[in-house]
Amino acid sequence: MLLKNLLAAVVAFGCGIAQAQEPVRIGAFLAVTGPAAFLGDPEQKTLELYIEKLNAAGGVLGRKLQLVSYDSAGDAEKARTFAKRLIEQDKVDVIVGGSTTGETMAVVPLAEAAGMPFISLAGAVVIIEPVKKWVFKTPHTDRMACDKVFVDMKARGVAKVGLISGSGGFDKSMRGECLKVAKNHGIEIVADETYGGADTDMTAQLTKIRQNAQVQAVLNAGFGQGPAIVTKNYRQIGMSVPLYQSHGVASKEFIRLAGEAAEGVRLPAAALLVADKLPDSDPQKLVVTHYSREYQARFKSDVSTFGGHAYDGLMLAVDAMKRAGSTDKARVRDALEATKGYVGTGGIVNMSATDHMGLDLSAFRMLEIRKSDWTLVK
Amino acid sequence: MSAQFLQFLLAGLTVGAIYALVALGFSIIYNASQVINFAQGEFVMIGGMTTVSLTAIGWPLPFAIAAAVLAAAAVGLALEKFAVEPARGASVVTLIIITIGASILLRGVATLVWDKNIHPLKAFSGDAPIQMGGATLVPQSLWVMGITLVVVLLLTWFFGRTLLGKALLATSHNRLAAQLVGINVRHVLLASFGLSAALGAVAGILVAPITFTSWDVGVMLGLKGFAAAILGGMGSGPGAVLGGLLLGIIESMGAGYISSAYKDAIAFVVILAVLFFLPSGLLGKRSTDRV
Repeated sequence: MLLKNLLAAVVAFGCGIAQAQEPVRIGAFLAVTGPAAFLGDPEQKTLELYIEKLNAAGGVLGRKLQLVSYDSAGDAEKARTFAKRLIEQDKVDVIVGGSTTGETMAVVPLAEAAGMPFISLAGAVVIIEPVKKWVFKTPHTDRMACDKVFVDMKARGVAKVGLISGSGGFDKSMRGECLKVAKNHGIEIVADETYGGADTDMTAQLTKIRQNAQVQAVLNAGFGQGPAIVTKNYRQIGMSVPLYQSHGVASKEFIRLAGEAAEGVRLPAAALLVADKLPDSDPQKLVVTHYSREYQARFKSDVSTFGGHAYDGLMLAVDAMKRAGSTDKARVRDALEATKGYVGTGGIVNMSATDHMGLDLSAFRMLEIRKSDWTLVK
Repeated sequence: MSAQFLQFLLAGLTVGAIYALVALGFSIIYNASQVINFAQGEFVMIGGMTTVSLTAIGWPLPFAIAAAVLAAAAVGLALEKFAVEPARGASVVTLIIITIGASILLRGVATLVWDKNIHPLKAFSGDAPIQMGGATLVPQSLWVMGITLVVVLLLTWFFGRTLLGKALLATSHNRLAAQLVGINVRHVLLASFGLSAALGAVAGILVAPITFTSWDVGVMLGLKGFAAAILGGMGSGPGAVLGGLLLGIIESMGAGYISSAYKDAIAFVVILAVLFFLPSGLLGKRSTDRV
């Protein structure tokens, strides 16, 4: 034992100079397979692609980057185990990962205890509220989506809203946030209906909302196939008040599923979705067009905002390391918290001691579906 | 009858007709073998997904549908031949567990053959809603109800008028006696799996334009079809249809008049109540235990 320790000390001492050439280890645990694979898969690809590109450009602080990634399959228990391994065995310098809120929250106590800078790629507000010293996140929150929708409704003179939401985690969380922030915007929720995750018909719920003469617009907080069925049923029973969807369905998939029924639907989404439609003056134009071009060229598939979250997570970490001038965890954390004016795919990030996400409402764009394509609402 | 009530009724009937088709599949296999085939939902998925992928490569819809029904039937036959038959003589519970295993396998294979995305299918005759006394209906709903009706009539003819159908019925009543009068029970079992799979596929194809289809669409539809079969009385054809329609209408009325959050709960409470007072379902055979 003593001999082993001694040997280790000698080796460590002897390699003092070579140590500088040790790679910077980026740890990740992502839901690459399983039900949340649509999140983890583009995230994993993005991390691989950009670590390769960063290394080709010389790495960071003169050192190469190395990705240590595990597939958590969306399972919080596995995520915890892998995070432990990342911290204790792989000795990574920063963790960028956690595709879902469940995984992220399971890992938060570990990162806090170990003093490990942890940039989560999951959505819910609870991750950064209350602020946790070592935990940051890149995606927009559902509360921001509610705010964005209500601001747009207000501008159209809508004050009374019907809410319809699914029963999944995302749906429920967003419904709760929307109910909470509605009154800040002078909006009253006059109908509140729900449907099951695998439901095949929502005309009953929508008919109930239609019966309510007060409803001036409908917001669907949902995710997956539910919102597409809601949209089809909405047109079927001839409802004419404006329909809003959430950022949960901000992908071409939704338009493909809902077809013509999607015409005129509005939803908040990240700039990445409309990269080619942004005006040249848009500060995010450059970064989102670059990212989507690179991603499409490499993987021959459409970009998703989720991959963008991973891009932002990685770039924020690298940016912080550069400003900290080292990979010392405490200094990287401080640098992350001091991030100002970083332009990413998700928006312009201005972190502070009280805000570990750093995005404001400008990060969301209000889109309207016209002729089966996105258009920016001015 | 208010427009609102009519809307709930139409929505319930559409969904109920699909539940009925799935429930019929459960009943046929149950009759032939006393096995509850939990891979029934996967036949629904295979029907929908095959049609989607064949139309995507340019097949005309009728051919794609025919091919999808045949493909599902082939999978059903293979399931019987390679999974259920080798285990013959095993207890019914073992066979049921085999079908659960098969359903997991089929779902897994589907994610490899196709993908994990949700796919739409074009409605058979347009999307323009039909107005009916203040309520609306998509044309596809008429297809669903109409074809369910045709299928039920065909099955009545099949079981009442054809030799194979009568053999199936005979086997369901008394397996040993059927064997003694010269019915090849193994063929009957094989036929029942093929027929159930084809029925499931029809349901999957009909419903795809309304609800989309994906690799895991069979889970929930299978469960609801099973519930419908239990409600109507496991093994009873008319019971399956009645159970399916009732379940659909209860769900829709429950969501409309009581609370959408408890929609599924309401449906299952009704089923529990029925089973409590009529343990063999609404139209099921009263089973008597010999003491």
